[in-house]
Amino acid sequence: MLTQDRWLLPEGIEEILPNEARNLEYLRCQALDLFARWGYRLVIPPLMEFIDSLLVGTGHDLDLQTFKLIDQISGRLMGIRADMTPQVARIDARTAKGDLPTRLCYLGTVLHTQSDHLEKSRSPMQVGAELYGHAGHASDVEIIRLMLEMLAVTGISDVHLDLGHVGIYRGLARQAGLDSEHEAELFEILQRKDRTELGSFLESSGVELKISNMLATLLDLNGPDHIIEIARDRLRFASEYVNQALSDLEAIASVLRRLFPALPVNFDLAELRGYHYQTGVVFAAFVPGYGREIARGGRYDDIGKVFGRARPATGFSADLKVLASLSTGGDEAIPYVSIFAPAADDFDLYEVIRNLRAEGKIVVQELPGQTQGARGMGCSLELRKHGDEWKVVKV
Amino acid sequence: MLTLALSKGRIYDEAVKLLGRIGIEPAEDPDKSRKLILPTTRDGLQLLIIRATDVPTYVEYGAADLGIAGKDVLVEYDATGLYEPLDLGIARCRLMTAGKPGMRLSQGARLRVATKYVKAAQRYFAAQGIQAEIIKLYGSMELAPLVGLADCIVDVVDTGNTLRANGLEPKDLIMEVSSRLILNKAAMKMKHEAVTGFIDELKQALDRSE
Repeated sequence: MLTQDRWLLPEGIEEILPNEARNLEYLRCQALDLFARWGYRLVIPPLMEFIDSLLVGTGHDLDLQTFKLIDQISGRLMGIRADMTPQVARIDARTAKGDLPTRLCYLGTVLHTQSDHLEKSRSPMQVGAELYGHAGHASDVEIIRLMLEMLAVTGISDVHLDLGHVGIYRGLARQAGLDSEHEAELFEILQRKDRTELGSFLESSGVELKISNMLATLLDLNGPDHIIEIARDRLRFASEYVNQALSDLEAIASVLRRLFPALPVNFDLAELRGYHYQTGVVFAAFVPGYGREIARGGRYDDIGKVFGRARPATGFSADLKVLASLSTGGDEAIPYVSIFAPAADDFDLYEVIRNLRAEGKIVVQELPGQTQGARGMGCSLELRKHGDEWKVVKV
Repeated sequence: MLTLALSKGRIYDEAVKLLGRIGIEPAEDPDKSRKLILPTTRDGLQLLIIRATDVPTYVEYGAADLGIAGKDVLVEYDATGLYEPLDLGIARCRLMTAGKPGMRLSQGARLRVATKYVKAAQRYFAAQGIQAEIIKLYGSMELAPLVGLADCIVDVVDTGNTLRANGLEPKDLIMEVSSRLILNKAAMKMKHEAVTGFIDELKQALDRSE
């Protein structure tokens, strides 16, 4: 075995070195403190659990992304979490009392079997917040506001918000009476916004013209505010379910407009991110210079059902490592200042060091026999004895 | 500013003709200039000249907002993070299987296939119920059956002349290929007006020619 093979890490797995780790930890505290101030209680779900509960209601993608192993005690299949959202939903379903809303947040490393297309990482650090037990717009708005606040405190600026609603497509697909195979095909075409293929799909599908026109127009229903109005007109033959989805979206957008007048909001009624478990409004945050969303979320009302309690739910999540790489307000802006103390075995010196550390200063004490001094240790200050007193001076 | 990535050669030649119809001309000729970023006669648009297979990568990362890439490349890239709003109908060809004349597949036998379109080939033979071993090559696929490296090949076919010159013949059609306009998802959200404006212009130019 070559030396480089010994230190080489598996693909997509990384270690985080002191400077970066300090920055990441700073952002972690910013996010979790913010959640705490909003009344979101931290939960720490287990690193692994039985696959049945881990993959509940999530779809094939997450199944592929999950590392699996056999529990030697129960003989059952376990998975290492690839997404913490279902875990938190399980925690809520099992512990919630009555119909009170529950606010939970979480932060932890998840593992993926396949590297992410863009980031090349298999170990994102997922951070998120979930609100259970309320089905109206108010909870969606609260979650979107919290996401925007989190981006602000982690130093992400110039955020663009994207809003959609999976109920619009779901309602139309239902009206069209497509079987699951055709619906999957249509879903895939809409994800690519492939006008050409959508045209030939609709032609050959035998869907009633009125409905296929509405499905075709979905590709044009993206853009700023007035899109909802246009949608109302173009989707006027749609079911009540679709109308309700449009009203939901409108209500949420109007609150956000008042609260964040400067926030650029883009609507995309064909956006089907997380379609397999989302049930209502979906949203995502984008920033210039990054090719896809940096945080995303939405409503997913049915997920708790399999755990014995279906509660309305809405939430968002992000990868803290991605946020750290885009952040301009991280800890890196604050210079790292440490004080070098000599190796003298002096009681007064120990006292001085103890007091400095109690004040929150960083003190690094020399070890006997060490050849390099303050400069070599990267300290810009040092403790020096003047007469009887130890003083902090510049190196 | 919008950035459009495309590759030299046939796609570039035909794309420039298409762009010319909406009044956009590259400021320099990429065959004469060594520049990889070409300004155009339109202020808000520049071209990025890169390899064909790299176009979806640049666009998915957002290094280019838009791109022009063959459907063959997109199938291979397995693009899930991209929009494909328009079929430009340029650089048309066909992805086909090809082999020596008279070659027959015996049922249940393992077939060796040389190609650079690994995913498309895997998907096609799986759908046919044929167990195929794919040998990834980067070029001159026509040689593989002649020297016994593979039983057949999967490649894009335009006129079929190269195949015939090497004693092979095109066999089954896997798919029709043409170039698509591709689009970064974030650009669609954040540069909505510029992007949709550009797509509409192109679409109108295409509709006029039909």
